[in-house]
Amino acid sequence: MRFVDEFRDPDLGRRLSENIRSTVEPGRHYKIMEVCGGHTHTIYRYGVDDLLPGNVELVHGPGCPVCVIPMGRVDDGIAVAKQDGVIFTCFGDMMRVPGGDGSFLDAKAEGADIRFVYSPLDALKMAVNNPDRQVVFYAIGFETTAPSTALTLMRAKAEGIKNFSVMCNHVTIVPPLKALMESPDLRLDAFIGPGHVSTVVGCRPYDFLTKDYNTPIVVAGFEPLDLLHSISMIMEQLDEGRAEVENQYGRVVPWEGNLRALQVLQEVFELRPYFEWRGLGFISQSALKLSDAYADFDAELKYSTPGVRVADPKACQCGEVLKGVIKPWECKVFGTACTPETPIGTCMVSSEGACAAYYNFGRFARSKARAGA
Amino acid sequence: MADLEEEVLARIERQRKLKARFRDEHITMAHGAGGKTTHTLVEGLFASAFGNEALDEMGDAARLEVDGAMLSFSTDGHVVKPLTFPGGCIGELAVHGTINDVAVSGAKPSFLSAAFVIEEGLDADILREQVAAMADAASRAGVPIVTGDTKVVERGKCDGMYIVTAGIGLRDPRVNLSSKSIKPGDQILCSGTIADHGTAIMLARGELELEADVESDTASVWELVHALITSAGSDLRVMRDPTRGGVATVLNEFAQDANVGMTVDEEAVPVNSVVRGACEILGIDPMYVANEGKVVAVVGPDSADAALAALKATPGGERAAIIGNVQEEPEGMVLVRTGFGGTRIMDMLIGDPLPRIC
Repeated sequence: MRFVDEFRDPDLGRRLSENIRSTVEPGRHYKIMEVCGGHTHTIYRYGVDDLLPGNVELVHGPGCPVCVIPMGRVDDGIAVAKQDGVIFTCFGDMMRVPGGDGSFLDAKAEGADIRFVYSPLDALKMAVNNPDRQVVFYAIGFETTAPSTALTLMRAKAEGIKNFSVMCNHVTIVPPLKALMESPDLRLDAFIGPGHVSTVVGCRPYDFLTKDYNTPIVVAGFEPLDLLHSISMIMEQLDEGRAEVENQYGRVVPWEGNLRALQVLQEVFELRPYFEWRGLGFISQSALKLSDAYADFDAELKYSTPGVRVADPKACQCGEVLKGVIKPWECKVFGTACTPETPIGTCMVSSEGACAAYYNFGRFARSKARAGA
Repeated sequence: MADLEEEVLARIERQRKLKARFRDEHITMAHGAGGKTTHTLVEGLFASAFGNEALDEMGDAARLEVDGAMLSFSTDGHVVKPLTFPGGCIGELAVHGTINDVAVSGAKPSFLSAAFVIEEGLDADILREQVAAMADAASRAGVPIVTGDTKVVERGKCDGMYIVTAGIGLRDPRVNLSSKSIKPGDQILCSGTIADHGTAIMLARGELELEADVESDTASVWELVHALITSAGSDLRVMRDPTRGGVATVLNEFAQDANVGMTVDEEAVPVNSVVRGACEILGIDPMYVANEGKVVAVVGPDSADAALAALKATPGGERAAIIGNVQEEPEGMVLVRTGFGGTRIMDMLIGDPLPRIC
């Protein structure tokens, strides 16, 4: 595949890997968090961590937009999906995320008309094609997907479509990063910055990391070479004692972001005073809701939902696992109340989450670590 | 600390070894997707209720002995939507699916049955077309359809038509196939390109607005199986037809049954470039996508090259490859050596393969 395989060249990968090896201080342990679920996927898919020295640890951050949706919001979605005449739409990987009482897949099995779509525009098209039904789009994602929801809403408004609404769960990237940095027990050396989010927000919003916390961040692309290259750039910063925002993904991410997209977000959304994140709790001004101008399309106003907060069980320590303060197996509910089949926290919900990975492959990871691989 | 970790790992292992229990309140699409959820249903409900020696083997076909005759017997329901897709149709699938289940158990398929569940209002020409396709597929494979049944259900009760077939055949005495016979050192063979069928169906449904020339690989694998039996003889440990859940699921079953580790060399796995591109765009791993005319076989090291040559010389096996090997560790797990030089664990499919947003 042209323009793809070039970014997966094993020889270039080995060279970057050697570069990283030559920059690390042998006695030092490095903890680098990749914020974005897409990066976690690439690391896992290509075995990128195999190419890193043993003292460079990648910590999977809170950037999987599916896994951070709290149980109560899933329950609210199901309540809307079960109403008469509703076609409920969402992205594919949202279907499996459990709420307090089952997932969208379960609700579908119980008779709710739930369909997955690739784009909110597909949901809008469904509304046009089914004028006697109400189509609801369950919007999730960071600033990456929010503009497409916004554009869809603008189109729905312009075309006067009445049977379409959005249940908005869009979240923003900077507040959770701030929340992480503010926790006293956190020790991270650097961040791999989220590439897709940054195509929209640009690189400036991360300035606070370098200014307030003296922590480098390199915005990275999603191919395995992008990740190795970013880690190599991070290592150079750390080696030279710099803490800067750098952009490895320049072929896609403009430094100032996508101004038009940001404008669209401004018009359609406003900040919620606070929003609950699964595993991390309430974070202020960390999510979006529809602005007053789009109230007619707000599923939360159109339908009554239980709106009940389903608390993460007290014993769930996802926050600590995410921050790398404890290992998955040190969590009190790990492997007992919380398993991949009946996940409680975000780290277990996603198959790439730290806890799910450890549950399935911990024995292997341990023997690999012992063998020094 | 390390002791506590050891304790937690041991507890997880104990839990895993417990018999699968089916505790779900509703049947979801995941119960039919061929991965972990399907296993829970099959083992936790069907196998525990019907339990008998032949069933407990959990192969693609039951291996039976009747008055000294060594038989293989299998059945398969077909519910594909759309009924016709590039490279095939439900009628062809219904014939090939069952032939293949019998064939990979080491038996030459002899006879088929066919039961039809037809929706009221179905255009009779569509039924004629499907029946003609079945007749054609059966005659090409040399396996006659000798008995059947017809039911019609009310409009809206099924997607046009469902077909259930069963097949029976005599097992070849040269082989005694069992996943438990897999040993470290064995080689893993795949008879051709993977993920063609599943990708063709996904594209044919038209929900993804993605157009590509991908054809289903639906075909009888008997000739390929025959080539393997003839070339590898008793070194042929086991074969399977990687349908739902794909090659990944089959290899995980093998690794768990035999308590061995397996390593797949990603670069060696044949995938058509169009299929690879489509899967890349959809965010789906071809290893988990269904095939309808392929065989995955485990062969002892001394016969692997001969088996590969025999597959390549058989029509449909031109792109066969040795895709990996068996080792002692890590027990019950399948690893993939990625083209990029790293290693990852290839787990069983959980639920349906759903497209990712990130």
